[in-house]
Order: sequence, then structure tokens, then C-alpha cells
Amino acid sequence: MAFGPYFLLATLEGLVTASILALTALGLSLVFGVMRVVNVAHGEFFMLGAVLAWAVSTAFAGHPAIGFSAALLVAPLVVGGAAFLSERLVLRRLDYNPEATIVATIGMLYIIQQLALTFYGADARPVQAPFNVRIQLPWFGYSGYKLFVIAAAIIVMLGTWLLLTRTKIGLIMRATQYDRETAQAFGIPVDRVYGGVFALGAMLAAVAAVLVVPTQQAHYLMGRDPLLLSFIVVIIGGLGSLRGTLVAALIVGLSDGIISVFFSPTLAKMLATALVALVLVFRPQGLFGVRTR
Amino acid sequence: MSEILTVDGIDAYYGEVQVLRGLDLTLQKGEVLCLLGRNGAGKTTTLKAIMGLVAVRAGSISKDGATISKLAAHEVPRTGIAYVPQGRRLFAEMSVEENLEIGLMTRRKGQATKNRVLDLFPLLRSRLNQRSGTLSGGEQQMLAMARALCLEPDILLLDEPTEGLMPSMIARIRETVVGLREAGVSTILVEQRVDAVLAIADRVAFIENGQNRETLSVDELRQNPEHLRRYVGVN
Repeated sequence: MAFGPYFLLATLEGLVTASILALTALGLSLVFGVMRVVNVAHGEFFMLGAVLAWAVSTAFAGHPAIGFSAALLVAPLVVGGAAFLSERLVLRRLDYNPEATIVATIGMLYIIQQLALTFYGADARPVQAPFNVRIQLPWFGYSGYKLFVIAAAIIVMLGTWLLLTRTKIGLIMRATQYDRETAQAFGIPVDRVYGGVFALGAMLAAVAAVLVVPTQQAHYLMGRDPLLLSFIVVIIGGLGSLRGTLVAALIVGLSDGIISVFFSPTLAKMLATALVALVLVFRPQGLFGVRTR
Repeated sequence: MSEILTVDGIDAYYGEVQVLRGLDLTLQKGEVLCLLGRNGAGKTTTLKAIMGLVAVRAGSISKDGATISKLAAHEVPRTGIAYVPQGRRLFAEMSVEENLEIGLMTRRKGQATKNRVLDLFPLLRSRLNQRSGTLSGGEQQMLAMARALCLEPDILLLDEPTEGLMPSMIARIRETVVGLREAGVSTILVEQRVDAVLAIADRVAFIENGQNRETLSVDELRQNPEHLRRYVGVN
């Protein structure tokens, strides 16, 4: 193939990566931005979403779309419930102390991982895509499902943006993010907001995982890479900034897709890491982050 | 006048550092009580303790006879106490309207309240969509007071509302406090400007080392100005 088709293919693959990354990182960013909690277990909520997607989709006979739709509904709800429970039982009792919550979420990481190993097993298992359509582009055919992933991620991001900017819940979340103490002084139950935000963050990771498993396989160790890449995105984009998360996910995802195709995947990772270092040195709050109290 | 707020021998800490040491205070219905004292005396901590933002480890705070010091911080505003913190603490990234919406969070019929508050501060009506962080210092103070008044409080806690403002704006803030007193709102005011205190306060409590050393009426203070030198360091 000539340069043009290669570039288009790399861009599409990069957009798929960016879409999944944007959803996963948005969850991490919300939790970090609103609660000041570094959720090291975030990747495990992603993994849990994927494993549950396999479990739910295989429980349904018939057309794969039925099982996939059920997984898209059930997995985020179960993961959100588990996250809410762990927030109430662990993080709240630690009074959201930044250092203690890092240690606690490392513990949660291992507990979730080992539970998955125990009950799901060490095998990587495929989840069938809800449909199998190839879209014919000028130079090659491309997976219709992957284009669906991009569209679905855009819709979820848009929904999250509307939630944050157009609803009372979003107003409460932003007030808590900017100034916890003042929010309390105006009747906002900050600890309940924290419980909801932690669940929402985990649910976004689970949605990303359900979307990605038809193109990868569900495995109990699959949470590591999304966690690392999400941290990169959150640091570059800025804590709690939806716009920053989206832009950073596009930078990381597209550079990963394009540089991997034309040069090497290692170089793509090196450049992303170098960008993180530059942001930390010259703009610690991230490209679109705001300084908070 | 009867007591609307009673602070009874409270101890409060920041971490392990004790800031308030058995502090007593009473606020009468419809009065302006001013807290005076040097920096670090415990004035701001007193307001935060009333709001539940600083844990009270001993003593109690009650409003209209009901204990509020056991309430969670977010429950205190629902008892009718509003707080304008030092430095305004606006949500700077949010619009003026969104800041007011935060103030209306505990109200069911918010629109009527918002209209009443905007009638008090008409300038804000034309700035509803402006990001609050871009307002001038005086406008920000107006918004901070407007946001607090959205709670329709019967007690207002004001922490240095005239800090860093130009004289015309200080006069505007004073007028507002006096107007609120006439409307029956009781106010605790932390203020460094003695002229402002003498102009609008009914009584003055001198806070020193986390305790209320003395409470005087403004008339008594005028007759005994040496208190200002002793507790505040001004003549």
C-alpha cells in the first residue's frame, strides 16, 4: 500500500485506541479531580468490566448482539456497585487521605485481580462482536464494529459532558472538585458525592472494557496497560478536565496508532512518556487542568 | 432580644493544634456581633466551627435551642446559617449564575429566592453568564454575599467581607449588612477595620488565644477604647 492508505489505517486504529483510552482515563480523571484519590485499582475495574462482559454475553444464547447489549448494561452497573461498596468500606474510612488511599487502592487492585483469577481463571476468552460488518473504504475494508466503538465512545463522552455541565448533579460534582469545604458550607454532602463519583469513574472504565473486548480478549491481567495509559492521559490533559482528557487521549491514541505503524510501538510509548515529563515540568496542572483548593 | 445562637465552651483543633479553648459566644436575634482580635486569635476558626467545617471536640453550639455541633457540615446550612468565607471562595471557574445555583442547593423554590437576591445586588443580574473568577474584587464580594443569601439564612457569618475593597464597595457592603439586620437577619462579622465595626456592630467580642475575653456593646467600647489597644493593637 502507498502512504495514504497506511496513514488512514493507522489513524483509524489510533482513533479506536483513543476512544477506549478517553473513556477509561475520564473515569480516572473524575475520581482524581473530584476526590483527590489516585485510584491504582482503576485498571482492575476495567478488567472486571471485560470479564463480566464475557460472563454476561456467554449467558445469552441467540444473536451475539443480545448478549453484548446485556453486557453493556449489566457490567458497568455491577462494576459501579462494587466500586461504590469499596469506596464506602475502604476509602471513606480512610477519610480520603491521599497517601493512605494509594496504598488501599493497591490492595484493592490485588484483591480484584485475584478474585478474577479464582473465579474466571487464567485463560484469555473472546467475546463476540454484536455485528460483523465490513465498511468498504477506497483502499481497504474496515471493521464496522471498530467504527461503532468510536461512535459509542463519542456518545458516552458527550453524555458525561452534558451530565457535568447541564445538570444539578454535574454542578454538585464540579463544586466539590473546585472547593470541597465551600461546597459543604452550601449543603453539598461531599462524602456522598465521592461515593457517586467513584462508582461513575469505575463504570466509565467498565463501558470502555465492554466495548473493547470484541477486538481483544478478556483476561484477568488486562487492567495494567489501561491504567498506565490512563495516568499518562490524565497527567497530560489535566485533572478532572473532560476536554483535557479527550485531547490527551487523542494525542496518545493517534500517536500510538500512527507512530506504531510508520516507526515502532516503542517509539510511540517513548514519545508519550516524554510528553508526560514535559507537562510535569512546565505545566504540572496539565494542558487543561485548573488549580483547585 | 433573645438568643438565636449559643456557643458554649467549645474546643476546636487543626490536626493536633488546639485553636479554640473553651470559647463562649452568644448571638441575639437581629443583632450584628463583631469578632475582633489579632491574626491567629481564632476568629475564622470560630465561624468554621459554627459551620461544622472544623470539628468541635468539647462544648456545644446550639441554634434556637437545638444542638447543631453534632451535625455533619453539609447539614448546618439547612438550619438557616450561611457563611461568606474569607477571600470569598467563589467557584471561580463557574459562572455567576452557577455560583448562585450552588447557594440555592438547599431551597425548593429557588427562582423566587434568586430574584429577591438579585434585587439586592442588581449588578449581578447583567453578569449571570460571566465566569465569576473574572469579576472585580467588589463584584466578587457581592456574589459571595448573594450566594450566601440564596440560603435565606436567619444567621449570616461574614469573614472579613471588606478585605481589599475600595471605599465605595465597603460602604455598599455595610449598607447591605445594615439592611439585613433590619430584615431580622443576625450577623457575626469578623472584621479588621475598626471604623466599620463601630459603624455597624451592636456588640463586639474580643477573641484572644482561642477564647472570648470580653463582649461589649459598641457604646461601651466607645467609652473604653483601651480594649482596642489591648486586644487588637490599635488606638
